[in-house]
Amino acid sequence: MAIQEPPAQGVNLIGLTRNDYKGRPSTLCKGCGHDSISARIISVAYDLAIDPTQLIKLSGIGCSSKTPAYFLNQSHGFNGLHGRMPSMATGATLANCSLSAIGISGDGDTGSIGMGQFKHMVRRNVPVVYIIENNGVYGLTKGQFSATADEGQQLKYAGLNELPAIDVCLEALVADCGFVARSFAGDPRQVEALLKAALSHRGTAVLDIISPCVSFNDHEDSTKSYAWGKAHEEIISDFTFIPAREEITVDYEAGTSVDVAMHDGSHIRLKKLDNNYDPTDRFSAMRLLEDAHIKQEFITGLIYINEQRPTLPELERLPEAPLAQLPAERLRPSREALDALMRKMM
Amino acid sequence: MVGNAMSTTHVRRAPLPTDIDESPSGINNFTIVAATVNGSGSQTANQCLLRAIFKMGIPASGKNIFPSNIQGLPTWFSIRVSRDGFIARRETAEIVVALNRQTAADDIAGVPPGGVVIYPTEWKLSEDRDDITYYSLPVQQMAKDSGANADLRPYVANMVYVGALTELLGIDVEEIKAALADHFQGKQKPIDLNFGVVQAAIDYTRANITKRDPFRIERMSETAGKIMMTGNSAGALGAVFGGFTVAAWYPITPSTSLVDALSDYAKELRTDPGTKEHSYAIVQAEDEIAAAGMVVGAGWAGARAMTSTSGPGLSLMTEYAGFAYFAEVPAVIWDIMRMGPSTGLPTRVSQGDVLMAYYLGHGDTRHVLLFPASMEDCFEFGWRAFDLAERLQTPIFVLSDLDLGMNLWMSEPFTYPDQPMDRGKVLSAEELRRLGGFNRYEDVDGDGIGYRTIPGTPDARAAYFTRGSGHNAFAQYTERPDEWEANLERLARKFAYARTLVPKPVVDEVRGAKIGIIAYGSTEPGIEEARSMLADQGVKTSYLRLRALPTTGEFNEFVARYPRVYVVENNFDAQMHKILQTEAPEQAARLIPIAKCDGLPLTGRWIARSILEKEL
Repeated sequence: MAIQEPPAQGVNLIGLTRNDYKGRPSTLCKGCGHDSISARIISVAYDLAIDPTQLIKLSGIGCSSKTPAYFLNQSHGFNGLHGRMPSMATGATLANCSLSAIGISGDGDTGSIGMGQFKHMVRRNVPVVYIIENNGVYGLTKGQFSATADEGQQLKYAGLNELPAIDVCLEALVADCGFVARSFAGDPRQVEALLKAALSHRGTAVLDIISPCVSFNDHEDSTKSYAWGKAHEEIISDFTFIPAREEITVDYEAGTSVDVAMHDGSHIRLKKLDNNYDPTDRFSAMRLLEDAHIKQEFITGLIYINEQRPTLPELERLPEAPLAQLPAERLRPSREALDALMRKMM
Repeated sequence: MVGNAMSTTHVRRAPLPTDIDESPSGINNFTIVAATVNGSGSQTANQCLLRAIFKMGIPASGKNIFPSNIQGLPTWFSIRVSRDGFIARRETAEIVVALNRQTAADDIAGVPPGGVVIYPTEWKLSEDRDDITYYSLPVQQMAKDSGANADLRPYVANMVYVGALTELLGIDVEEIKAALADHFQGKQKPIDLNFGVVQAAIDYTRANITKRDPFRIERMSETAGKIMMTGNSAGALGAVFGGFTVAAWYPITPSTSLVDALSDYAKELRTDPGTKEHSYAIVQAEDEIAAAGMVVGAGWAGARAMTSTSGPGLSLMTEYAGFAYFAEVPAVIWDIMRMGPSTGLPTRVSQGDVLMAYYLGHGDTRHVLLFPASMEDCFEFGWRAFDLAERLQTPIFVLSDLDLGMNLWMSEPFTYPDQPMDRGKVLSAEELRRLGGFNRYEDVDGDGIGYRTIPGTPDARAAYFTRGSGHNAFAQYTERPDEWEANLERLARKFAYARTLVPKPVVDEVRGAKIGIIAYGSTEPGIEEARSMLADQGVKTSYLRLRALPTTGEFNEFVARYPRVYVVENNFDAQMHKILQTEAPEQAARLIPIAKCDGLPLTGRWIARSILEKEL
C-alpha cells in the first residue's frame, strides 16, 4: 500500500514527526494511485515543515475526494459537494487568506460536474493547490467514463468512448491559470517537486496527476484484461472483490519519454518536459498540450507558470488579518454611524 | 357559517357587494397611478412625487408594478396618499396619469367615477367618460421646449406630470425641488433640466387648466422623523452592522438591489480610512450554486457569510443548503421572493417559497426562516440572522419579497443592534489546551449544538473533518445505524432549541375578538387595513404576525384562544397554513387559509372581504 512510509526519523523544522502529517487509514482499493498522491502530500508537508493547523484540505465527491481524510490529520478538512469544491475553496480562502489550501478533486469532479466552478476558480485566481487525481473513470459508481477518458477507449462497463477527452490542463490554461502542471501518481520524485512548487505559488495551482484506477479502467480488448475478466466474471459484476495490485511506478529523466503499462494491460506514454522548456509562454504551453494530444502522449512537468496575476483576496483589498479573525469593533460600525445615516434620510 | 376549508357542508356565499369599501377619497386620501412605458425614465418622476408628499408630512407609499423587460413594456407606479397612515396597495386609483398609449384605454376604464385622467394633448383623445375629469397637457411639446437632447426628451417628459400634479394637488414646489436634488445627488445640470420642465408644467397648468376635482395634498406632521427605504437596502444595511465578512451572489430580480446596497454601504462604512482595505469581500459568482458554495466555505472558515437570491436561485442553492444543515455550517441566505413556479413572473410578488425554504434539501431537513414585515425588521434581521446562524450553526433564511425588497416603505429610523455579536460555540486554542480536545458533534450542553473550531486555530487538537456524508459525534465517517439515528436526533434537539431563540411573533389581542388572524411578511399593511375595515363592520380580530419558523409557544397559545384563525398569505397553495397545521396538529382544524396569488400585494379590502365572507 502506498501510504507505507519509512519509519519516522526525528522531527522537521517545526518539531513535528512524519506521523503528525498522516491521516486515517485509506479505504481506497489496494494499489490505487490516489493513495500514492496522499503519501506525496504527507511527505512534502513534512519536508516543507508546513504547520498543519494553518492549512485546510478541501474536496468534492468521488474516490479522490475521500483522500483528504487520509493525510494531514491536524488540518481542518472539508469534504463538500460533487464538483462544488472550487466555490467553497473560494469562500474559505476569502474568510481566511492566510491559510494554505489543498483541494483534491477527480476527473469527474472537475471535468464534468464541476467544470464551471473549476474554470471560474482559476479565473478568479483563488489561492489553492488544486489537484486532479485523474483516472478517466468513475470509480465510486463502478466504472462509467469520465470526461477525461480517451477517445476510442474501451471500458468493461461503459463500452466504447466515442467522445474526445477534456484536457483539464488545457482548460486551466485557457482560463489563464498561473500554475499548470501534470504528473503521474507513480512518479514520486516529480509529484513531490511539483507539489512543493505548487504550494509556493500565490494563486490557483492546477496539478493534474494521472492516477491509475486498479478496479475499473480495464481495457476490454487487452488480452490480460480479457483473460482476467473471463476468469473473474461474477466477481467483476458485483464488485465485491477487488484484486490487490502492485502500485505502478516510473522513474525517468527529464526530456525523455516512457511507456507505462496500466493495470489493465494498456499503455500510456508520458513525456517529461526537458530542462530547457520555457514554462512562462502561455501560447507555447497550449501548443505543447495540443501536439501531445495528437501524439497521444501525456506531457508531465510544469507546463505553465505566471506569478504576476493578482489573487482574489488581493483584488478584494482584504487586510492582512484574516476576515474570520477580525474583532467585532472592525466589523460593526458605530452607533453614531447609524444615527448619521438615519438623519440623512429623514 | 364557519369556514373549515375541508368541510363538505360549507356553503359558500357570494361576497356582498356593499360589505367593504375602500376609504372615501379626498384630501390626503387617494391613489395616483402613473402608467408609463418601461425604460422611459418615469422612476425619477414617481420617486420625486412620492418623496415630496412624504416630506409634506403625509403618510405615503409607492408600489412599482413593472415588467421583466429593459424597455418597452407597460409599467405602473402607484402612490398611495393616506392621512390615516395605511400604506397597503389599494385596488383603485383615483388619479391616473396615462402616458402609455398601449394601455391607455384600460387605464382610463379603471378610473372610478369622480376620478381624474391626465394625458398628453398630442394623443387627441376623445374624452368619452362623463363621470371623470380629463386634463391634458402638451407633454411632447414641453419636453421639446425643455432644451433637452432628443434622447433625453422621453425622460424629462415625465416631469410634465410632476408639474401638473404639483399644481393641481397643491404639492409644495420646494419639496419637489428638494426631492430632485436628492435624487440627482446635488448634480446641478440634471436638477435644472428636470425642474425646468416641472416649472413649465406648473405654469401651463395654472394658465390653461381649471381644477375640477376634489383631490388635494395638505401638509400634515405624520412623517416627521421617519425615513423611506426599500427592504433590500434596509437588509443590506443590517448586514453591514451585523458584521458580514463574505457575500457571494448571482444577479437575479428582485434580489440584486440588496447586494448593490450592501456594496455601497460596506464601501462607505467598512473601508479602512487609512489603508483603504475592506473588512469584507463581495463576490459575484458564476451561478447560485457557486454563490451558496462560497458562503458555506466562508462560514465554515469563520466568516459571517451571506447571499441574496430569489426563487430560481434558491432552487440552485438547495444542494449546499442541505449540506450546511447537515454539516452544521452557519450561513445567511436572503430570499427576495418573486412569483413562481419556474421562471414565473420575475417582477411580481408572492410568498411562494415558504414551503420550499422550510424543507430545502433532500432527506430530513428543516431550516430556520425569518419573515421581515417592515423596514425595521429587514434591518434587524440583517444583523440578527448572523447571530442565529452562528449560535445554531446552520443556515438561516430571511424570506423577504419583491414588495418589501424593491418598493419604498415608510419607517421609523433603525435602532442600533441591542446586543453584541454572538459568534456561537467556538473553541479557541487556549480552551482546547484546557479541555484537552473536543468532539465536533458531541452534544455537551444538551441543546443539540456541538462546539466547533475555526480553521487556522493554532492547536493540533482543533482540526476536525467536515462532511455531508454520515458522521458520528467525533466527526468520523460512519454508516452505523445507531450513530446515524443519534445524529438526526441531535439535529432535532437543535431545531427544538431554535424555537427558543428565533424572533417571537408580534401579537395584538383585542378584547372581545372571536377570531384570530395569522400573517407574515409583506402582507402586514394589508392586514392592518383589513382589521380596521373589519372593526368598522363590527368584527373584532386579534392578530399574530409570525416573524420566524419554527413557531414558538406564543403561536400555540394564540391558536388555542380562538376557534377560528385565518392564515392570510400571498401564495396559491396556502403554504404557511400547511406548515402551521403541522406545527399545531391538535388544533389544525382551527386554521383557515386565506390565500391569493396574482402577482400583486394583497389589499386590505380583499383580506377583509375574504374573512367576512367566511364569517357571515
